Amino acid sequence: MSYSNIAVRKFDAVIVGAGGAGLRAAIQLSESGLKVAVLSKVFPTRSHTVAAQGGVSASLGNSEPDHWTWHMYDTVKGSDWLGDQDAIEFMCRKAPEVVVELEHFGMPFDRTDEGKIYQRPFGGHMSNFGEKPVRRACAAADRTGHAMLHALYQRNVRARTQFFVEWMALDLIRDADGHVLGVSALEMETGEVTIFHAKATIFATGGAGRIFASSTNAFINTGDGLGMAARAGIPLEDMEFWQFHPTGVAGAGVLITEGVRGEGGILRNASGERFMERYAPNAKDLASRDVVSRAMTTEINEGRGCGPHKDFVLLDITHLPPETIMKRLPGIREISIQFAGVDPIKAPIPVVPTCHYQMGGIPTNYKGQVVVPLGDDPAVPVPGFYAAGECACASVHGANRLGTNSLLDLLVFGKASGEAVVEDLKQMPAEHRPLPADAIERTRERLERLDARNGGESEYETRLALQRVMQAHCGVFRFKDKLAEGVEMILDVEQRVGKVSIKDKSKVWNTARVEALELDNLIEVAKATMISANARLESRGAHVRDDAPDTAERPNGRNDTEWLKHTLWSRDGNSLAYKPVKLEPLTVESIALKTRSY
Amino acid sequence: MTNRTLQFKIYRYDPDRDDAPRMQDYSVEVNPVTDRKLLDVLVKLKAQDDSLSFRRSCREGICGSDAMNINGKNGLACLTEVSTLKSPVVLRPLPGLPVIRDLIVDMTQFFKQYHSIKPYLINDTPPPERERLQSPEDREELNGLYECILCACCSTSCPSFWWNPDRFVGPAGLLNAYRFIADTRDEATSERLDDLNDPYRLFRCHTIMNCVDVCPKGLNPTLAIGKIKEMMVRRAV
Repeated sequence: MSYSNIAVRKFDAVIVGAGGAGLRAAIQLSESGLKVAVLSKVFPTRSHTVAAQGGVSASLGNSEPDHWTWHMYDTVKGSDWLGDQDAIEFMCRKAPEVVVELEHFGMPFDRTDEGKIYQRPFGGHMSNFGEKPVRRACAAADRTGHAMLHALYQRNVRARTQFFVEWMALDLIRDADGHVLGVSALEMETGEVTIFHAKATIFATGGAGRIFASSTNAFINTGDGLGMAARAGIPLEDMEFWQFHPTGVAGAGVLITEGVRGEGGILRNASGERFMERYAPNAKDLASRDVVSRAMTTEINEGRGCGPHKDFVLLDITHLPPETIMKRLPGIREISIQFAGVDPIKAPIPVVPTCHYQMGGIPTNYKGQVVVPLGDDPAVPVPGFYAAGECACASVHGANRLGTNSLLDLLVFGKASGEAVVEDLKQMPAEHRPLPADAIERTRERLERLDARNGGESEYETRLALQRVMQAHCGVFRFKDKLAEGVEMILDVEQRVGKVSIKDKSKVWNTARVEALELDNLIEVAKATMISANARLESRGAHVRDDAPDTAERPNGRNDTEWLKHTLWSRDGNSLAYKPVKLEPLTVESIALKTRSY
Repeated sequence: MTNRTLQFKIYRYDPDRDDAPRMQDYSVEVNPVTDRKLLDVLVKLKAQDDSLSFRRSCREGICGSDAMNINGKNGLACLTEVSTLKSPVVLRPLPGLPVIRDLIVDMTQFFKQYHSIKPYLINDTPPPERERLQSPEDREELNGLYECILCACCSTSCPSFWWNPDRFVGPAGLLNAYRFIADTRDEATSERLDDLNDPYRLFRCHTIMNCVDVCPKGLNPTLAIGKIKEMMVRRAV
């Protein structure tokens, strides 16, 4: 195929990704009357936001007193103080507004007897600065993400947003001054490449959980935005922090919401013991996710796991009234029957910690502008470039995300990035900045390589190798030697990725080509993760290493003197830099550093 | 549990290379532990033959990507238990929609019908500062409706939709239409009913009920269509 005559289409803004963040940003832009293109690899309602289950957090206080400052405290503590407190304040303050807005868009939330939005308890959500569990997770049964994604898509139908469905963005286009001018993208149906030339580009491409062999993530979660950003010289922030969700279905990896424990579910080991009482005497099964995942892994490692291989624990809701399960957790019952072969009304569900969420990502400020270090300033906005949702790092999740803060992140920062684009465009000239002569070079080189090469590495085998290395060397517990070895191994995998060939050379809906192009993105995320993890010589949140143990001097192995800082990994030379954590919120007092316990 | 060999006959068509569609035979070793769902086996087949094309994403029955015709019945590959499948497993694209390639159909017509029912809340009353109130009972009316994943299993199993995909809204679109009619927060019930009061848009449904039979989420579009008809009758008297 020749890529010499590339079509160019001009828009005010282009949004890459049509999950929660992309759709929320699109509403903002479409309703402002801007000409916006939304690109998505899948039909919008198939984006992975659809799989979120338990809820979206907001201190509405519909069932008991709550306050956004308590939400903020929980989020900072959950982040193990690595989250930026200005962004966290912004998110928690905005939460009631964006959730109510979503209800106005038509979101079918469950209701309290008074007709208000139903709220349930969730891991790490506490009242009065960590005292006792509080009902903060706003839910539509256990299908909150599905209900939310459809409501956001529907609002976009109303706003007549222009979608480019089943288009895969390939590379970010920047000019010599570093301005971002849009993306190149592949139309899957025809195999044609087009340049989307825009004054503003918002990445909302979601996570990259598919770098791990065992993941709750969809096939499409390949970190496309991170790969594109890294290739265009943007560093990636805090990529060593990955959340392992405590309750993935053993074997299948499919998610079982924390809402199950919110509704009263209990984790048990082989002897039936409620083991979380030993690890988190106060919050028990509703401790933060990193804490619960480590407790489960310890139980399994010490021989108290269940089943013939003692390799899982049990999530028990058999004590709950069947009506509660049918009403509040119907989707979970379906999933358990489908993927675990167990009806949770009658028997407990076998679960294991499973890779779930990427806390790091493309560095942004709380307005959703992408920021990079320049001279002495660690965070200078890249003109024309924005990011929101899981692909971005604002950073509100720090070293560990609280359950339901992901859906909140999509709403708050999807909206904020849209608002920032509307504002920033007012300052920009009416004309688009010209495309550089080499705008399509990187994309052309990647596509021609795939067209021309035969008899190289198999894409399937190479991706499997990548996932196995990440799983074995960068899991729930991390080990100094394993990490160092992992860095070498992932760099070897990178060599293989460079030699991948596909047999299918068709132009039409070539999924082999799409998967090979996705692998280019997965490898960037995998390198960033392994190299950042190998370098961070402390334990914090989801990153726990054997050579940074829990001691009296350094509780939980956290080392604030040396490591209270964000990692920035750059693709160029795999170099690492660091920037300070923003400990100052916008209007309230800083939440002081403290040892984390639940 | 031991591996078994499963035979497949899969519809293949690539307009870039093929003059006409064909059925291709495949044989694959199935591990009963790791290859529980049809999608697991399809991914395995794709590793052997990377040209085999199908949509897939969440692999847990919530995104609606991998709908296809499996041994003559529409369903999601990711929710189809391999052990229940008769060999050879015959896979075809969803019936009634144009094939783009292999198991991938052009869903334009399906989404056009979905969009035609104004699938969004219409309420022009300025919203209150807080959420609009809705009683738990009123909210319950939306159960069995809002869970639709737009996989198109139902509409593409409906003979009325096969004959009139441009004029009959189809079971998925109508289920979603009723989702908004049934929502106490929506103020456009009367316009919605007017729009559907048409010999084709609604009344091509002849209660064949294939839609109910195939819905992977256990939803009942026929029931929703019946309720729309009932409301029209009640409105007329």
